[in-house]
Amino acid sequence: MSSSAFLPALLAILLGGLATAAWAEPPAARQKELIHLVRQDCGSCHGLTLQGGLGPALLPATLAGKPVEGLVATIIGGRTGTPMPPWHRFLTEDEAQWIVAKLMAGFPE
Amino acid sequence: MKSITRLFFAGLLLTLLSACGGMQVRGTGDLGLVIERASGHVTLVNTSIRKPYARIGGLGDLSHASVVYSRDARYAFIFGRDGGLSKVDLLEARVVKRVMQSGNAIGGSISQDGRIVVAQNYTPGGIKAFDAETLELLSEVPAEYEPGRFSKVVGLADVPGNKFAYALFDGGEIWVSDFSDPKRPVTRRFPAGLQPYDGLVTPDGRHYLAGLFGEDGIALLDLWQPEKGARKILEKYGRGEEKLPVFKMPHLRGWSVAAGRAWLPAIGRHEVLVADATTWKETARVAVKGQPVFVMASPDGRQIWVNFAFPDNGWVQVIDTLTGKVVQTLQPGKAVLHMEFTPRGEAVWISARDDNRVVIYDTRTFRQLGDFDVHAPSGIFFTSRAARIGL
Repeated sequence: MSSSAFLPALLAILLGGLATAAWAEPPAARQKELIHLVRQDCGSCHGLTLQGGLGPALLPATLAGKPVEGLVATIIGGRTGTPMPPWHRFLTEDEAQWIVAKLMAGFPE
Repeated sequence: MKSITRLFFAGLLLTLLSACGGMQVRGTGDLGLVIERASGHVTLVNTSIRKPYARIGGLGDLSHASVVYSRDARYAFIFGRDGGLSKVDLLEARVVKRVMQSGNAIGGSISQDGRIVVAQNYTPGGIKAFDAETLELLSEVPAEYEPGRFSKVVGLADVPGNKFAYALFDGGEIWVSDFSDPKRPVTRRFPAGLQPYDGLVTPDGRHYLAGLFGEDGIALLDLWQPEKGARKILEKYGRGEEKLPVFKMPHLRGWSVAAGRAWLPAIGRHEVLVADATTWKETARVAVKGQPVFVMASPDGRQIWVNFAFPDNGWVQVIDTLTGKVVQTLQPGKAVLHMEFTPRGEAVWISARDDNRVVIYDTRTFRQLGDFDVHAPSGIFFTSRAARIGL
C-alpha cells in the first residue's frame, strides 16, 4: 500500500472505530465497482435512483435512525421472508459497511 | 368557398410535410425503440436496416421502463420508473404528450380496443387508466387489499373485453378490472398465493399466470371461467430443497408459450420449468446457467431464449422446444437485460447494459448480424407488439 493510500485508510479505520467496529474503506477502484453494483444490481429492486421499487427506498431519509449493524447484516445475510438475497458471495463486511455509510449520507452517482 | 377549402388543404399538406421534415411516407412495421435506462433517452430503431434512426431525451427515470404501442403501431407509450408516461411518435421522432401519473411505476398496458392506456404503480399501489389519445386520467383502482393497506401492483396485462389482469405483491391476489365503462371500472378479486412477482397472459388471451415468489408454484386463472378462481400449478417444484439466492426478479410476459407448452423461470433454482399448456402439469425441466430472468419463445415457438440474473447476466442460452435441450450458449456482452425478436423471428436483438451495446443475432445460425452503441440499453420494444394481446 502506498503511503498516500495508507493515510486515508488509517483515518477511515480510526473514524469508523469511533462509530462502531473498525472497518477499512475499500480502495478507489473497488469503490467504483461497488457504486456500479449498488446502482445497477441493488437498483433492480430498489431503483436506479434508490427511491424504491419492489424493495424499499434506500435514501438517507428512509434509512435515518436505522441501526447500521442491522443494515449491514441485511446486505450480507439477506432477509428471510422477503426477496432480499444474501450478498456475502460478492461483498465483504467492510464493503457492506462502506455501502451503508454511503447510503446513509447520500449515495454517490 | 371552394378555393378556401383548397387553400386550407394546401396549408394542411404543407404543415404535414414540414412536420415530417420531408420524411417519406412509410409504415411502422419494422420500427421500434430501445430504452436507455440511465439517461432518460430512447433510441428509435429500424429492424430492416438494423440501425438506430433517431434519439429522444427528457423522458425521466427510465430504469425498468416498459412500452406498449397504439393499435396503429405509430405511437409508443413509455412508462417510466418515476411515474412518467410519455407518448412518442415513431414517425416524427418526437414526444407528443407526457404526464406524471404517480410516484413510482412499474409498467403499463393498452386495452384491446386501443382506447385506454393503464399504468401499474408501486406507490401509491394501484392502477390508473388514461385516454390513449389525450393521456387524460379516466379512472383508477387503488390496490387496497385490506382497509388502509395498499399493495404494489405487478404483472399488469390487457385481456379480452377491455379488461386488465394484474397481481398484488403484498396482497397475494390476482385482480381483473373491467374497463367496459372506462370511468367506472369493475374489479373482481382472486386469492393467488404468497408474493406474486409478475404475471403473464397466454397468447390466446385465455389464461393469466402469476409467478409466486413466496412459495413454489404459479397461480393460474382461466379468464374464460373466472368463477372457478385461481388455482396453483407447478406446486412444490422446489421439492422442499433450499432455494438459491435470487439476485434479480424474473420477468413473465406472454412469450412463454411455445410448442403447446409453457416455459417458465423457476425461482431459486437454475431451471426453466415446462408445463403442458392444456393440462398445466409439469412435463420437464431444463437445467440452465443461472437464475432465469426472461424466458422468451421465438415467434414460431421453435426456440426459447433465456437470460439470467446477476452474476450470470453475461450469458444467454437457447432451448430447442422440440428436444427440450439447450442448443446454444452465447455471451452477447456484459449485463444482458432484455431480448426482442423481430416480428417474424429471423433475428433477435439483445441489450448489453454494461457494454453500452445492442447486439443482433441470426436465430437460425446464431451468427451475429450487427450491433450498435446505445447508452446503458435495457428494454427493446418493436411495433409488432401493437397487434398482441396480453402485454
